[in-house]
Amino acid sequence: MTEVDQAAPAGPRVKAPGLGGRLGRLGEVRHLGLVAALVLLAIVGLVTRPENFATSSNLVSILALASTIGVITVGMTFVIIGGGIDLSVGALMALASVWATTLATQSYGPVVMIVCALLVGTGAGLLNGILISYGRIVPFIATLAMMVAGRGLAQRMSNQRTQLVRPENSLIVELSTTRVLGLPLLVYVFALVVLIGWVVLNRTTFGRRTYAVGGNPEAARLAGIDVRKHTVMLYALSGLCCGIAAVLIMARTTTGSSTHGDLYELDAIAAVIIGGTLLSGGRGTIIGSILGLLIFTVITNLFILNGLNTADQLVAKGAIIVVAVLLQRRGLKAHT
Amino acid sequence: MTHNPGRRGFLLGGAALGAGALISACTSNEPVAQTSAPAAAPAAAATGGNDAPGEKVVIGFSAPAADHGWIAAIAKNAADAAKQYSDVEFKPVEPTNDINQQISAVESLIQAKVDALVILPNDGQQLNQVARQAMDAGIPVVNLDRVFPDKLSYRTWIGGDNYGMGVAAGHFIGKTLKDKGVTDPVILEIQGIATLPLTQDRSKGFADALKTYGFSVTAQQDAKFTVESGTQVASNLLQAHKKIDAIWNHDDDQGIGVLAAIKEAGRDEFFMVGGAGSANAMRDIQAGNGVLKATVTYSPTMAASAIKLARLIAQGKGMSDLMEQQVPQSITLASETITKDNVEKYLPLGFES
Repeated sequence: MTEVDQAAPAGPRVKAPGLGGRLGRLGEVRHLGLVAALVLLAIVGLVTRPENFATSSNLVSILALASTIGVITVGMTFVIIGGGIDLSVGALMALASVWATTLATQSYGPVVMIVCALLVGTGAGLLNGILISYGRIVPFIATLAMMVAGRGLAQRMSNQRTQLVRPENSLIVELSTTRVLGLPLLVYVFALVVLIGWVVLNRTTFGRRTYAVGGNPEAARLAGIDVRKHTVMLYALSGLCCGIAAVLIMARTTTGSSTHGDLYELDAIAAVIIGGTLLSGGRGTIIGSILGLLIFTVITNLFILNGLNTADQLVAKGAIIVVAVLLQRRGLKAHT
Repeated sequence: MTHNPGRRGFLLGGAALGAGALISACTSNEPVAQTSAPAAAPAAAATGGNDAPGEKVVIGFSAPAADHGWIAAIAKNAADAAKQYSDVEFKPVEPTNDINQQISAVESLIQAKVDALVILPNDGQQLNQVARQAMDAGIPVVNLDRVFPDKLSYRTWIGGDNYGMGVAAGHFIGKTLKDKGVTDPVILEIQGIATLPLTQDRSKGFADALKTYGFSVTAQQDAKFTVESGTQVASNLLQAHKKIDAIWNHDDDQGIGVLAAIKEAGRDEFFMVGGAGSANAMRDIQAGNGVLKATVTYSPTMAASAIKLARLIAQGKGMSDLMEQQVPQSITLASETITKDNVEKYLPLGFES
């Protein structure tokens, strides 16, 4: 077992010794670019709306907005580094929120509701993984099918209604309304997920195997990694993140609904890509993804603070994705 | 899967919820039936009464898939209205949000030679052609809400008044602020989907009505008609404006999210007006302890009325309360303002979001 553990990270390294260190530096450079972009946006905010932007309540509001999709982005980062893609995240979050807010689930109290959301997310994620690993369906197709079916099931279950979290279960809503040190609890949940994600990806065998599986599945297999099983676990992890996000969205909106998480998959993928993770897998960081997501959230905030409409936001976001990827490609060339 | 033990319970839960929704929807429709019965009663002497059983007719029904409480209520109200009549065979087609599918669904109803069609199109422009085909084939079309551009494509149109909705909200906000003596108020508007003509009509009505009080909209954002988007937009808007006097939110369903954001931010220096008239919003207005003080209706009961109209048209009857021998060509519902004072009357008509 220990032999395998050591072999796993060696997979990508075999080709060029020292590449790891160089990649590390490259990662930092990229993060610097993202941080610079965030600083630039902050300056725009300070200049255009000095009285609103840098207030603590605005910053808290930005973090709270980023939390739900942030949790999903962490799961997405794992999947993409592992060489896959998960299009079903938005639908799974909707499904988990609906399942957790049915009258029957609600009758068991808030704890069961949370467990339900996590189990639904993880279960659906497992199914994704099994279809991909053992059913040999391309990730894009398998998760596309799950996206469509999950959204449909959510609509069927909720009868297309918005399901309110009942007053006796308001413990869940308190995740959003209760503040500790000025921050709503859900921001702490988000931070905890990021922290755990970072540790798992960077400091555990599971994390190293994820890079190996995504970088070169054949080499990973030869190194003794059970690639199929690992892939199943990656999608289950992404599903679990959707379940957590479902709890957060229930807290924020006080509802479960089949319309929750609309186009989250695209936002999450975009954030991961902007964050410097390769869509082909094998390389990427969680911090990058979170910075990418924060850039998006701050842009939305800036646009609304300045009274601009959503159409312009979409154009800006699209432009940022293209620019980020172009810069990254140039960065890669410069360093290799 | 991993959650075997609880799974059956949860599934049962889904079923129980469905049943619950069914029951509540049924009860919510009873008053519709009640109000229509007395209306028809005096007319019975004159024309034989609209509700008296007549010749048996088949009514086809096509609407978008319900991804929103309002659309769900439309389908439900139509089915319930049809059930009321022994002489109506109700033939709904699978609801869809795909234009192409809705076109073929309507085509299938034309081929089935139904006696009348009730269509709420996903898009009036794009469904115009197939509605015209139905009319050409001699099947009267009752156009529900989203209008076909070509008058040859429908026999009768019934729908809500989006401009009027904005006007009603504008008057309520304008008058309340004027009475309070507020000058230069901060008025925010949270729209549904900004690109839809209906949203633009609502906003125009709102702006026009506010103008009569010398007020204008300070900021405007769109929230896509979803709860989640409502929360996001509202929490950002609350940051942008430290002191607000009034908010008009176009849609009560997304309003749940807007209200959640307001509660989270702990703000209450302003009042809010909703739109559409969901049961939830009405309960909030009745409780009277939140910022939501009123909502302006865009009632899905229009679907029940559309079925009634289609039945009359197919049977060749007029509306018993009117002088005309035939059903009118166009009926626009008035947008009514629901406040704490009259909410009781409207509660039974509210749709569950």
